[in-house]
Amino acid sequence: MENRVLIAKRVAQELNNGDVVNLGIGIPTLVANYIPSDKKVILHSENGFIGLGPAGETIDPDLTNAGGQPAGIVPTGSTFDSSMSFAIVRGGHLDATVLGALQVDQEGNLANWTVPGKIVPGMGGAMDLVVGAKRVIVAMEHVGKGRVAKILKKCTLPLTATGAVDMIITDYCVFKITSQGIVLTETAPGVSLQTIREATEAEYSISADLKEMAV
Amino acid sequence: MSKIISIEQAMDKVQDSFVIMIGGFLAVGTPERLIDAVVSKGYKDLTVIANDTGFPDRGIGKLIVSHQVKKAIVSHVGTNPETGRQMNANELEVELSPQGTLIERIRSGGAGLGGVLTPTGVGTVVAEGKSTVTIDGREFLLEKPLRANVALVKAHKADTDGNLVFRMSARNFNPKIATAADIVIAEVEVIVSAGEIDPDEVMLPGIFVDYIVQA
Repeated sequence: MENRVLIAKRVAQELNNGDVVNLGIGIPTLVANYIPSDKKVILHSENGFIGLGPAGETIDPDLTNAGGQPAGIVPTGSTFDSSMSFAIVRGGHLDATVLGALQVDQEGNLANWTVPGKIVPGMGGAMDLVVGAKRVIVAMEHVGKGRVAKILKKCTLPLTATGAVDMIITDYCVFKITSQGIVLTETAPGVSLQTIREATEAEYSISADLKEMAV
Repeated sequence: MSKIISIEQAMDKVQDSFVIMIGGFLAVGTPERLIDAVVSKGYKDLTVIANDTGFPDRGIGKLIVSHQVKKAIVSHVGTNPETGRQMNANELEVELSPQGTLIERIRSGGAGLGGVLTPTGVGTVVAEGKSTVTIDGREFLLEKPLRANVALVKAHKADTDGNLVFRMSARNFNPKIATAADIVIAEVEVIVSAGEIDPDEVMLPGIFVDYIVQA
């Protein structure tokens, strides 16, 4: 299974029937493809609607996802302005947000919006999403280019938010960030504890209930 | 009295060095005809307040490419490489504001408020130089209101009194910027007679709209 698909499938297992969820760009967007049909998950699109779905055969230029790509809206969806959209985000009305990261650390700090001197795209809605959503799930490949560690003791890039991340799902494993620190709870099929250790800078504990991902 | 004017008359309302709010999210819900007219008129030293700087050939990006913008207050510039280039060359000042914060700064500018208190950005570079207020043990940033000389709005439908209806995700920043500017010009697809829009279907009351231009 492709790494990105493995991550997306595992994230989809975290979503519950009736949840209102915002999916970021990249791997998080793929999660929508793996939500089981018996679960109704309502997708929020921060540019101004809930009920995000795939684009229909006829493209509507007035309807895109938050990445600007053509989108659809399900029959029970609704549209609104940006102020309402971010009232949903900050006001605790999102059950979860799933987004990528450049770095995340053992205290749940997240950096995912800029690399000074290289890319300054702007934070868009990311800072509001991670502060406001009830659960923040980071979905990303475990290591960056050149196998550089991304799960650190302390983020070095400018932060998106402090202490915001609840869970990290990668192609190697699952970490939960608890009041007792960061805990390894699952390993991906075929990935050894040694591999995870070598690719992770953060100091984590290993759950007594350590399992293999059921994907 | 009808609020419909020509594009030439609309451009007489704009001046060099104006602060201009412009609707749109990645060029969806952006008044392209008004932007093209500002480009051909060549107004300069503008301050633009908007969600993003669009694309080089679509939306607000056209004003960036033509070097008419001195300062942009936006949440995202990643889709317009020319914005990044001008930033790095010190030709353009960019103030990045989280999307949910930016729309609330605009809303407070239009609602007579002294700003908003938001948890978004606490512990990040966004907090630098800003006052913080602790309420019931939680820290908030004081974000100041924004106002403009003119707002360029895009709507789907207007009656001749300026009551507006928006479509799908093209609503985004449009209704709120119309409350926060001294002069409001709406570019609309469909113009109907006064009274033809049911009061319950009006998304922005016509009292906020000074002039209407056919899209």
